[in-house]
Amino acid sequence: MSTAEWAEAAVADHAADGERVIGSEHRGREQQVLDRIDKARRRKARVREERITLAHGAGGKATHTLIEAVFLEAFRNPLLERMEDQAVFTVDGVNGAGGNGAGARLAFTTDSYVVSPLFFPGGDIGELAVNGTVNDLAMSGARPLHLSAGFILEEGLPVADLQRIVASMAAAATAAGVDIVTGDTKVVERGKADGCFINTAGIGVLERDVTLGADRVRPGDVVLVSGPIGDHGVTIMLARGELDISSDITSDTAPLAGLVDTLLSATDGVRCLRDATRGGVATILNEVAVASDVAVVVDEAAVPMRTEVRGASEILGIDPLYVACEGRMIAIVDGAQAEAALAALRSHPLGAGAAIIGEVKADPPTLVLLRTEFGGTRIVDMLIGDPLPRIC
Amino acid sequence: MRFVDEFRDAAKARALAAQIAALCEPGRQYKFMEVCGGHTHTIYKHGLEDYLPETVTLVHGPGCPVCVMPMGRVDDAIHIAEQPDVILTTFGDMMRVPGGRGSFLDSNAAGTDIRMVYSPLDSLKIARQNPDKRVVFMAIGFETTAPSTAMTVLRAAAEKIENFSIFCNHVTIIPAIKAILNSPDLRLDGFIGPGHVSTVIGCRPYDFIAREYGKPLVCAGFEPLDILQSVYQLMIQLSEGRSEVENQYSRVVPWDGNPRALKVIGEVMELRPYFEWRGLGFISHSALKVRDAYAAFDAEKIFDLPGVRVADPKACQCGEVLKGVLKPWECKVFGTACTPETPIGTCMVSSEGACAAYYNFGRFSRDRVREATSIEITPAPVAGR
Repeated sequence: MSTAEWAEAAVADHAADGERVIGSEHRGREQQVLDRIDKARRRKARVREERITLAHGAGGKATHTLIEAVFLEAFRNPLLERMEDQAVFTVDGVNGAGGNGAGARLAFTTDSYVVSPLFFPGGDIGELAVNGTVNDLAMSGARPLHLSAGFILEEGLPVADLQRIVASMAAAATAAGVDIVTGDTKVVERGKADGCFINTAGIGVLERDVTLGADRVRPGDVVLVSGPIGDHGVTIMLARGELDISSDITSDTAPLAGLVDTLLSATDGVRCLRDATRGGVATILNEVAVASDVAVVVDEAAVPMRTEVRGASEILGIDPLYVACEGRMIAIVDGAQAEAALAALRSHPLGAGAAIIGEVKADPPTLVLLRTEFGGTRIVDMLIGDPLPRIC
Repeated sequence: MRFVDEFRDAAKARALAAQIAALCEPGRQYKFMEVCGGHTHTIYKHGLEDYLPETVTLVHGPGCPVCVMPMGRVDDAIHIAEQPDVILTTFGDMMRVPGGRGSFLDSNAAGTDIRMVYSPLDSLKIARQNPDKRVVFMAIGFETTAPSTAMTVLRAAAEKIENFSIFCNHVTIIPAIKAILNSPDLRLDGFIGPGHVSTVIGCRPYDFIAREYGKPLVCAGFEPLDILQSVYQLMIQLSEGRSEVENQYSRVVPWDGNPRALKVIGEVMELRPYFEWRGLGFISHSALKVRDAYAAFDAEKIFDLPGVRVADPKACQCGEVLKGVLKPWECKVFGTACTPETPIGTCMVSSEGACAAYYNFGRFSRDRVREATSIEITPAPVAGR
C-alpha cells in the first residue's frame, strides 16, 4: 500500500469513530482534540507495517503494538493479558510456602539477549542473560529458583569467547542464588546470527502473600527509582565506538532479587515493581499510567543520573528517561509508606542511590507528566522509534 | 552540569517571565515565530510556555530540515539505496520519514542498507571501510549542516575516495522566511531567529525583515532561558516601537557569521534554480546542489534518479503547520490518523517537527494539570514605565 493510500484509509477509519464527545461544547477546541486523541490511543492496536522493522524491537510503542496485535491476539489467556514481565500462577496440589495446602504460587518468565557488543564495560551478554531473567522474576516478588539457557551460536564464534560468556553466566547465577538446570544449543551459518544469542527462561516461587502489578497503582502513591538511570544504555552506546566519546561509565547489570526482598520485608505498601530495561523509566511509567488509569507526575530534578549519562544524552540528543538500565527498578509504593520504602532501598548496596522521583495523581488519566528542571511542564510519552537497537 | 544548568535556571526564568508579563499591553495579542525546529523542540521539552502570559503565542516555523523534505526526495533516496552494492547513510531523524512507498525503516526491512550516522565524516569512514560498496550520504539541513557536508566532500576529494558521494538536499533559510512573510494568512509580531543557522550566515541576512517588513528579529540560543530572553528582547523592541535585528546568542553567533564555513559551502555547492519544499511548494533559489567541479561526488549525477514529484496525502496539513498558519492540533488528522508511530506527515516525524513536539511533549491541557504542576507569575514592575 502506498503511503497516500494508507493515509486515506487511516483518515477514513478514524473519521468513522465519530468526532463529537458529549459535552464538548463546554470545552475548548484544543481539549476536544485531546479527547479525540485519547480515544484514538485506546483503540485496538494494529500493525501497519508489512515487514518487521527495528522499531518493533525497541520496547516502545511499536513493540507494544506488535505484542498486542500479533501475540496477545493469538495466545490470549488471563495470565498473558496482565502483560507483566512474568506470569504468576498457583500450582494446585503442591504445598505453598505457608504449608496450608493452598498450592504454591510460581512466577515464570523468559527473555532473549542479542546485545552488541557481546562484551562491554561492566558485563557481557552472559551476565545480562542471567540478571535480566532473575529480575523479571523478582519484580513479581518471587524468589528466583531455576533458569534455562538456550544458545544460538554463529559459525566462527571463538570457543574462548563462549567459555568467557558461560563462565560469567555461572558466576551471575551463583550471585543471584539460582541454578541453570536445563538448556539447548543451536549453531547457524556464518552471517545468520551475530556471534551469540542467548535465551533464558526462569521459574521462581512467591513466598510472600503479595500481588504486584502495573494495574494496582492508585492516586496518592509515590514513585521511587533504586539508583541512577541510563548507565547500561549509555555504556553500550559508547562501547560500540561509533561516537568517539570515551567515558569511565559501566553497565549497571545486577540481580535485584535481594533488593526486592529487602523492600518487601520493610513495607507492605508496594503496588508495582518493574526493572527499567528497554524503553527506560519513561516507558514503564506509561505502562503504569495506562494499566491503572492514573496520571504519573515526575519531578525531573529528583531523577538520579550520573553526570556522564546526562552529558552523553545531551550531546547525542537522546532523553535519558528512555535509556535502558539493567540493574535499576521502579517501585510504586503507597504514599504513606514512601519514607520506609526509601530507607529500605537505601539500606541495600544496590539501592544506595535510590530516590523518590514522582507521585501518582488521578487526573489526567493515562498520562505521564514531567515537571522539568526549568520549571515547566510536559508529558513523557512512550518511546517512539529506536535510538539504539540491540541494547540487551 | 556546566554550560547546561545555568541556562535552565528556574529562578531566572521566573524573573524573566515576570518582566515579559509586565511588558504586555492590556488587550494586545503577541505572536512570535520561532523559525527553527530546534527552538520548537526546546520550548516543548522544557515546558517553556508555562512561563508565557496567555496573550503571548509562539508560532512554529519552517526551520525543521526533515519536515521540509518532499516525499519524492525520500523515494529518490530509497531508489539509490536499492541499487547494487549501495550503503546509504543519513541522520537519524530521516529514518522514519514517509516517502511514497514507505520510510527508510520499511525499506531496510525489505532489504536495503540504510544507516544512521551522526556526522557526514562517519559516512566517509564507512566508505573507507567498505571499498567494494558505494556509500552515499543523504545530506539534509540548512546552512548549519552544509559546511560539514562540504568539508566531507573536500576531504573525500583530497583522499581520492572514489566510492563516496552525497545526495544533496541542503536548503537555505532566507527564502523560506520570505515565503512566510509574503504569506497572506499569517500576522506575526516578530521572529525568534535561528541560532545555529546564524553561526554560519551571521545576523546581517535578516536585515530586510526588520527594514522592509518592520518585524523585529532576535537570534536565539537553544537553551530555554535563551528563548525566554529572546521573547523578552522582542517585547522590549515592540514596547519601544523598534524593529531591529538583535543577537541574543552572541556567545556562539558572530554578527558576520563564519566566513570560512561560507567559503567551504561556496567551494563545493551552488544554489539550485528552485527546490520543492514539503507543504510549501517550489521556492526559487532555496536549496543547494553540488558544483560540477565535484560531480564525481554528486549522487544525483552518478545515479539515474526517477525524480518523480509525489503529492502529499490529501489529509496532510504539514504545509499549513510549517507556515505557522495552523497549530499542530488544528490539523485534521493530528494525533488520530497521524501519530509519531505511524506518521502521515513529516512534521510528526522529526524531533524538531512541531507536530511531534506537541504530541510527544505538549499533549495535555494546561488548565487541567495546573493544580499538579502550577507556577504563578506575578508581573514585575518595569523601571521607567
